Amino acid sequence: MVVTVGVLALQGAFAKHQQIVEQLGFQTLAVRYADELANCSALIIPGGESSTISLQLDNNGLREAVTEFARNHPVMGTCAGLILMAQKTDSRMVTTLGLLDISVSRNGWGRQVHSFTANITIALDNGSADVPAVFIRAPRIDKTGPGVEVLGSYDHQPVLVRQGGHLGVTFHPELTGDQSIHDLFLKSVVT
Amino acid sequence: MAKQTGTFEVKVGLAEMLKGGVIMDVTNAEQAKIAEDAGAVAVMALERIPADIRQDGGVARMSNPTMVREIQEMVSIPVMAKCRIGHFAEAQILEALEVDFIDESEVLTPADEANHIYKHDFKAPFVCGARNLGEALRRIGEGAAMIRTKGEAGSGNIVEAVRHMRTILSEIHRLTILDKSELMAAAKEMGAPFSLVEQVARIGKLPVPNFSAGGIATPADVALMMQLGAEAVFVGSGIFKSADPADRARAIVQATTYYNDPEKLRDISAGLGSAMAGLEMSEIPAGERLQERGW
Repeated sequence: MVVTVGVLALQGAFAKHQQIVEQLGFQTLAVRYADELANCSALIIPGGESSTISLQLDNNGLREAVTEFARNHPVMGTCAGLILMAQKTDSRMVTTLGLLDISVSRNGWGRQVHSFTANITIALDNGSADVPAVFIRAPRIDKTGPGVEVLGSYDHQPVLVRQGGHLGVTFHPELTGDQSIHDLFLKSVVT
Repeated sequence: MAKQTGTFEVKVGLAEMLKGGVIMDVTNAEQAKIAEDAGAVAVMALERIPADIRQDGGVARMSNPTMVREIQEMVSIPVMAKCRIGHFAEAQILEALEVDFIDESEVLTPADEANHIYKHDFKAPFVCGARNLGEALRRIGEGAAMIRTKGEAGSGNIVEAVRHMRTILSEIHRLTILDKSELMAAAKEMGAPFSLVEQVARIGKLPVPNFSAGGIATPADVALMMQLGAEAVFVGSGIFKSADPADRARAIVQATTYYNDPEKLRDISAGLGSAMAGLEMSEIPAGERLQERGW
């Protein structure tokens, strides 16, 4: 059976995620309607502006559908997607979904002139890997709950976290061509 | 690899994040709040919106830093601002203000009639307008991380944005079917850097995001530009020159997500107050067309 991975397509870099997921042999679906989730085995919430995506979830009846979907399917969020998946954020413009037990500061590293690239080491199930990471006005994870595993850090701050099947990433694995983060996420889809 | 800021990758990265979104022109913090509440992905801070610049005349310059700061304090989304074509000192000031994107814009009065800014020297990313592929690739060659159609700013008339988007996309398509040995002549004809011409011929699209600006006034205008191939839209005078800016701003955000769904667009468009009046192109004397600025 071909497995379909949904990518939330309300706003942001959803097409870049679709490219990588398809390179890894999965089908993708750009999700703009609640009923489209029924065809998906996993969901990616992409980078973009978290305030816009939060508003568009509410305007189009997707908030409950995504929350319900996440009860028994894996979800990955990158940058804005991670903010949406958090328990708490400092931004009053974002209503979070509470899928990861973390607190997050929006633009925690500063404005665009402070956006940066760096290499980080991530923990994989069978060892570790060095991956290139692009941080764009990236969020900062201020607190992680007891059920949250930190799989990667930069400057002593968690930047890659996992809770159950859900994965949260403060940077943009969809921008570098490196597939290891998507690979890690999609392993939880197959098994 | 040590931490690096201001790389081309990081600049284009922010443009990627704005895709599928609406960047709204605002002239004060209150308008910026309305834009953010409506779902804008960014605001463009400027002293006068293009429709007023066109009406009032005079020299249009970079925005006052105090106003840019007030807007930065009001909203959490990226704040962009415009500098005059070739005015690298204005750009330096905007970068020192930590503006998230600088628009080297034909809407302001040009400061240099031969040269644009060498944008690779800056840590802040730049967006520039273009009417055709040669102009787009010259700007990218200078370091622009995003291209937008020029359209005709402040006109409320979509015809020029359509012309520019169609021209850029059909010129890209033409490059993809040329033989390798024909690309140098194409580069010469367009006045574009050869390496970028080769790259576009290979990948079949611009190497940076391709947005639309200039004349967008309705949800249907948004749907038109997105279906033609724009990856996001800038809306200037179209929002705050309309009868109910907050409603129109929300409708335009919805249209950018659902640009391919006519039934949804029907519902989004219904019940909106009147759009900005708009200008027929023949009403704008040739010398007053903003799109003709830039080289």
